[in-house]
Amino acid sequence: MLELFQYDFFTNALLAALLSAISCGIIGTYIVARRMVFIGGGITHASFGGIGIAYFLGMNPILGAAVFAVLSAFGINYFTQRGNIRQDSSIAIWWSLGMAIGIVFIAITPGYSPNLMSFLFGSILTVTTADLIYMASLSVLVSLLFILFFRVIVMISFDEEFARARNLPVNLFNYILMALSALVIVASIRISGVILVLSLLTLPQATANLFTKKFSAIMVSSIFIGFFGMVTGLVISYYTDLPSGATIILVLTGLFGVGKAIIVGKQIITNQN
Amino acid sequence: MSKLIDIQDLTVAFDSKVVLSKANLSISENDFIGVIGPNGGGKTTLLKAILGLVQPVSGQIIFSDEMQNRGSDIGYLPQVNKFDSRFPISVFDVILSGSAGQKNWFKGYIQKDKAKVEKIIHELGIEKIARKPIGELSGGQMQRAFLGRALISDPKLLILDEPDTYVDNQFEGELYKKLRELNTRMAILLVSHDMGTISTYVKGIACVNRELHYHPSNIISREELASYNCPIQIITHGSVPHTVLETHSHKH
Repeated sequence: MLELFQYDFFTNALLAALLSAISCGIIGTYIVARRMVFIGGGITHASFGGIGIAYFLGMNPILGAAVFAVLSAFGINYFTQRGNIRQDSSIAIWWSLGMAIGIVFIAITPGYSPNLMSFLFGSILTVTTADLIYMASLSVLVSLLFILFFRVIVMISFDEEFARARNLPVNLFNYILMALSALVIVASIRISGVILVLSLLTLPQATANLFTKKFSAIMVSSIFIGFFGMVTGLVISYYTDLPSGATIILVLTGLFGVGKAIIVGKQIITNQN
Repeated sequence: MSKLIDIQDLTVAFDSKVVLSKANLSISENDFIGVIGPNGGGKTTLLKAILGLVQPVSGQIIFSDEMQNRGSDIGYLPQVNKFDSRFPISVFDVILSGSAGQKNWFKGYIQKDKAKVEKIIHELGIEKIARKPIGELSGGQMQRAFLGRALISDPKLLILDEPDTYVDNQFEGELYKKLRELNTRMAILLVSHDMGTISTYVKGIACVNRELHYHPSNIISREELASYNCPIQIITHGSVPHTVLETHSHKH
């Protein structure tokens, strides 16, 4: 297996997995705790519109995706608060609007788009240095924000109204975290694609949550679980020639299954005694 | 007794629907005011206006000089059913979160705050559940945890929104005993739908049904309630407590 490390693409992929595990571990815990997973789904799919437009204009697709992700994140909020549209409807509107724009622009782009599949399903082995720089800066930013403002973020997430009554800058934090969530999702599209990325932000958290009910502990263990799952999936996909993104998700789901089995097994043993 | 808060001609509306109209109420040190009224009558809105969570259409709320730090000078216990009980947070951290705010919100917590949490936990007798996640608590334990959060900032006014729901009779008794004790060092504003029980503890009653009528005594007759346009459920105390449902004198 050591020969794998001779390849630049493999070390790049490992770095990408580590950086993605850090940002997804932290932001994912926030999203899951606030029950914003479906908003994440909307943002993810809406970002495909940006990918399509960037393709058409010959720009970096990740840049297009980032712009669209942040816009749709704020758009969902705006529709819900000002437009008097229910949140789930608002999410669905942005979700499909983004996909539709993406499909149309890719259709009118001349020639074949060979990398399109990699954006839908991910390909961690094609991560570029530019992607890594983007992911690294995002991981640093997210980590710093949560280290410095951890208590405030948990307090706002748990009881927004109480935080408002205490004159905490609730709206500011909500917008910053919304934008960061969108950017983290986009950064991880490289790994598992638009369609599968949501599980990178939810599966490690669900597994960690089986063993701990502590916000900070879920955050930290999600980083380890996510990294372990991504590396294992990557190695399996390399030797079996299966798509890496899907393999990673299957490994992460397997880990959750093992965790659940341990919990259930423990309960059976305690009940017998 | 010095005034803490003076509410003058307060009107609150949501989407042009007036929920509170020209309400007047002043809260002084050591006041214990029970807020009663029908559901949707504006009780919670009144509390939220005091907390600064809703903006009035007209009128004003004047805070005395000693209430200038509205965030920490008011302790607030919201209705507990609005919480996501699966949120990963422990009782200790819930109480600790009550010490955040004001100028030092970005600094995180210091050791002094944690020592204070331990003190509150001891005072409320909840040592056994302190490290538990909130999802494992009963209704009464949940109320205690949130009471702890409201008390940690040493408020001058404690606002409670229906703390007697989702709890058993034993806890209810303990809660009111505790509130009476707290009332020696802070004013209390208590929303309840259980007029009969609170009337033994409160010193004044505010009937809220779009309008606010203040009754400066804990004894209120049915006729007075009717004249305040305040149809609520009354439990008449006798050897056997029983519930009397007031009839509406007006059409909806």
